[in-house]
Amino acid sequence: MTMTLERPTESNEALVEVRGLKHVYGKGGGAGLLVLEDVNLTLRPNEIVGLLGRSGSGKSTLLRSIAGLITPTAGSIRVRDMPGDDNAHGVSMVFQSFALFPWLTVEKNVELGLEARGVSAVERRKRSLAAIDLIGLDGFENAYPKELSGGMRQRVGLARALVVQPSVLLMDEPFSALDVLTAETLRTDLLDLWSEGRMPIRSILMVTHNIEEAVLMCDRILVFSSNPGRVIAEIKVDLPQPRKRLDPAFRALVDDIYARMTARPSGPPTSPGAFPGMGLGMALTHVSTNTLSGMIEALAAPPHNGKAELATLANELRMDADELLPVADTLQLMRFAEIEGRTLRLTVAAKRYANADVDERKQIFAQHLLAYVPLAAHIRRVLDDRASHQAPATRFRDELEDFMSEDYAGETLDAVVSWGRFGEIFAYHEDDDRFSLDDPA
Amino acid sequence: MVFLSPDRTNFGLLARFARRRFAPNRYDLVALALIGLVAVLIVHGAQEMNLPLANLHTAPIVLDPARLPEYALRTTLRMFGAIFASLFFTFAVATLAAKSRKAELVIIPMLDILQSIPVLGFLTFTVTFFIGLFPTSELGVELAAIFAIFTAQAWNMAFSFYQSLRTLPGDLDEVSRQFGLTPWRRFWRLELPFATPALVWNTMMSMSGSWFFLVASEAITVGKTTVTLPGIGSWLAVAIDQKNFAAVAWAVGAMGVVIVLYDQLLFRPIVAWADKFRFEQTASEEEPRSWFFDVLRRTRLLTHLGRPIAALLASIPVPRAPRVSFPRVGGQRTARGFDVAWLLAVIAITIWAALAIIRYISREVTLHDAVTAFGLGALTLSRVLVLIALASVIWVPLGVWIGLRPVWAERIQPVAQFLAAFPANVLFPMAVIVIVAWRLNPNIWLSPLMILGTQWYILFNVVAGAAALPNDLKEVGGIFHLRSWQRWRDLILPGIFPYYVTGALTASGGSWNASIVAEVASWGKTRLEAVGLGSFIANATAAGDYPRVALGIAVMSVFVIILNRTVWRPLYAFSERHFRLD
Repeated sequence: MTMTLERPTESNEALVEVRGLKHVYGKGGGAGLLVLEDVNLTLRPNEIVGLLGRSGSGKSTLLRSIAGLITPTAGSIRVRDMPGDDNAHGVSMVFQSFALFPWLTVEKNVELGLEARGVSAVERRKRSLAAIDLIGLDGFENAYPKELSGGMRQRVGLARALVVQPSVLLMDEPFSALDVLTAETLRTDLLDLWSEGRMPIRSILMVTHNIEEAVLMCDRILVFSSNPGRVIAEIKVDLPQPRKRLDPAFRALVDDIYARMTARPSGPPTSPGAFPGMGLGMALTHVSTNTLSGMIEALAAPPHNGKAELATLANELRMDADELLPVADTLQLMRFAEIEGRTLRLTVAAKRYANADVDERKQIFAQHLLAYVPLAAHIRRVLDDRASHQAPATRFRDELEDFMSEDYAGETLDAVVSWGRFGEIFAYHEDDDRFSLDDPA
Repeated sequence: MVFLSPDRTNFGLLARFARRRFAPNRYDLVALALIGLVAVLIVHGAQEMNLPLANLHTAPIVLDPARLPEYALRTTLRMFGAIFASLFFTFAVATLAAKSRKAELVIIPMLDILQSIPVLGFLTFTVTFFIGLFPTSELGVELAAIFAIFTAQAWNMAFSFYQSLRTLPGDLDEVSRQFGLTPWRRFWRLELPFATPALVWNTMMSMSGSWFFLVASEAITVGKTTVTLPGIGSWLAVAIDQKNFAAVAWAVGAMGVVIVLYDQLLFRPIVAWADKFRFEQTASEEEPRSWFFDVLRRTRLLTHLGRPIAALLASIPVPRAPRVSFPRVGGQRTARGFDVAWLLAVIAITIWAALAIIRYISREVTLHDAVTAFGLGALTLSRVLVLIALASVIWVPLGVWIGLRPVWAERIQPVAQFLAAFPANVLFPMAVIVIVAWRLNPNIWLSPLMILGTQWYILFNVVAGAAALPNDLKEVGGIFHLRSWQRWRDLILPGIFPYYVTGALTASGGSWNASIVAEVASWGKTRLEAVGLGSFIANATAAGDYPRVALGIAVMSVFVIILNRTVWRPLYAFSERHFRLD
């Protein structure tokens, strides 16, 4: 992995160039988790680029690699400075959790990066006050972060990133920890500053899992697949700013992106360890059975009557893509629903499920669980075969870890435990980490 | 002053703009007077410390109350000397352990063992060394005493700092790296502030704990070496020797005054100041307050004098780390190879050291002695366990009662902490008098002395636990009219369990340490002894029998480590898993 920082010769040259990036978490050999594979990215001046994908698609890893926080396993990253009067250079980052130092005032927090660069105290103060002013926080210079609301804290995070005059601003899900209203205000303010050219930056690269947010803000969207993360689509957004969410063209674009994100990746899996296979080694996402039931009910009820567009559902249920898609995937896995392009359609069994009472629901769920989730069937079979009808959970955890990383194995087992409990196909005892057949009933 | 991060001079920002506000105000007068007084006292005490050694013999301890302030000053300086040494040790060693995997491999188990070695054990072996360093000056003996106090303070502080460094918030770490903060700046901006609340608390605990060993570390008797350093501890030793009740009372009073003074002038301000470092993004309902901190905050001149110092600290030039990261040479396989080699080297040295100790001890000590020591250890162990159980039976219900009543909890909590700081050994003479008068069995009745000073840890931890019980859970208990046993079983005991384990763990460790002092108590010529490992070590120390002292200490360390590994740690892990309220 090489990383270089250099001055470009032409003003229209790429600010950030990522070539053939690959990153493996964990052990150095083949046992690690492949999070990014063969990722290429070019960031040019005057554009906002969004990285969109589900959790586990490595988009944060890519962002952190560009920020210099992670050393990728292979590939090259070039960050170029922009020539100009203000010597904007390098990258700076805004964090999802704001990442403010609780013991420093707003002003000191903003000055942090300047201090690290050895800027004099007078100059520091001048520049930080200007940044605080720009971001609309004047009057709060001496406040501590704990005295501020979430939206104001993220403004401090933004001011801190801008004050060092980066040429590229990196943002890692900057609005996802905020409530809907605050997030919208902050997005609008940021877009205003951007379009008026009042920020020193030349480009913005942002990670998001909110499709609407990406369509609202970005000039270009890169859609990532997960496990491993790869760029599966590049979408140019030509809609003029300011964009309206209710604009049909806007909606069509959102629907289109949903369809791309639910599409099964084509081509053979490149890494047997990390790719979710269809057997025992299938990585599962822990989706609550309450959520599954709720989604089936919502879909079965009018006006959907068993079929709805994903984007419409997300809007109606106030869910982000990375919340909605695992639910849709799990329903599809258990044959309760089918994803067809941008729509989600309930199966016959699911319609029966929606009208059933609790006991009947549990029966249907158990049947589908045993039939379509190989791990659940496997655990049940082992328990049936043993005279004691008991088995330690470590046994299955070890089996899973032959196929996937420890984290994924943990989440997969959690998912099966919770579904198995709901279907009452086995019991799990947290105290001594063991499965058994005995039914508490 | 090591607690000061460069940010503490934020007070009174307005003052920057108005020139006339540089003029001192009345708070400056108060603060300056106090700070000046402290400075004069420190210089005076330091000069005294450097007097020729012969001075100790020509000017023995005089039980004259007029001399007491002087003695109290010397004692206080020693304790603060030790605290500074402990902080220095903490920053150096804990940082090293947190930053280097190889160092961690050695340092952490070593700290664990050092923690289990009785404090007075260190004194025996180091006093001759320190006297040898400065043969003609009091300084050598002073250093030996300070070192003994240091060993009572340093380990938990180092552990606390290490744990903080290992649990730095990930996003703040990323910000610091992204901006390329130098290690020096990172330490001031991120690591020290984050670690401060836990470190301050541990420093206070250490300060409290070290009072207990004061008598032993000021009035040193190892074989033929007998030194009595001027201080409250020595005063107490002389008073007990002369059966002088009034003098004991004076010493107790002086200790109380010293404890209140440093609590009010130092620890409370620091706690109030450190409140801003608590890592949470929401404002707390109740902020710790300190009048002296408020005075300091309102000062004008001092605030301005402090700023350049802070700026200087922050600007100490340390070479900046390059912003661009380079691929690591060698890769992970070679790194692992180095780790294995390092581990093997450490194991080899450990075995060699263990053999050396065994060889040293076995020159004069027979296997029979070792068996005896282990038998005595079992006796002391049974004392510790019975006493912890007894103290729990008494203090858990009381602590819960207090903790569930916020008004009481607020009043009792500082008292319990004060009692934990108060050296229980001043009460030993009373025990001797009572036991002699009623002809009690010292084997049984000396035992409670071991827990006299440490039982308070159980009390104030249980009070804190009961006070932290979530209100909604208490309300559920109320709505369903839980019977008292059910209420205890399902609500109160699980709620306070993690706190209780912390308290009992501290009390148990303290009791082992105290056994060396508590199993042998005297009043004038009357000397009572309980059979146990503590008295074994105390007697061997008095006789200057180094191999047996070493044997006793080794056996006690083994007992403490085994008790921690088999009882306290599993309990701790269990309570972490099952009773966390979040």
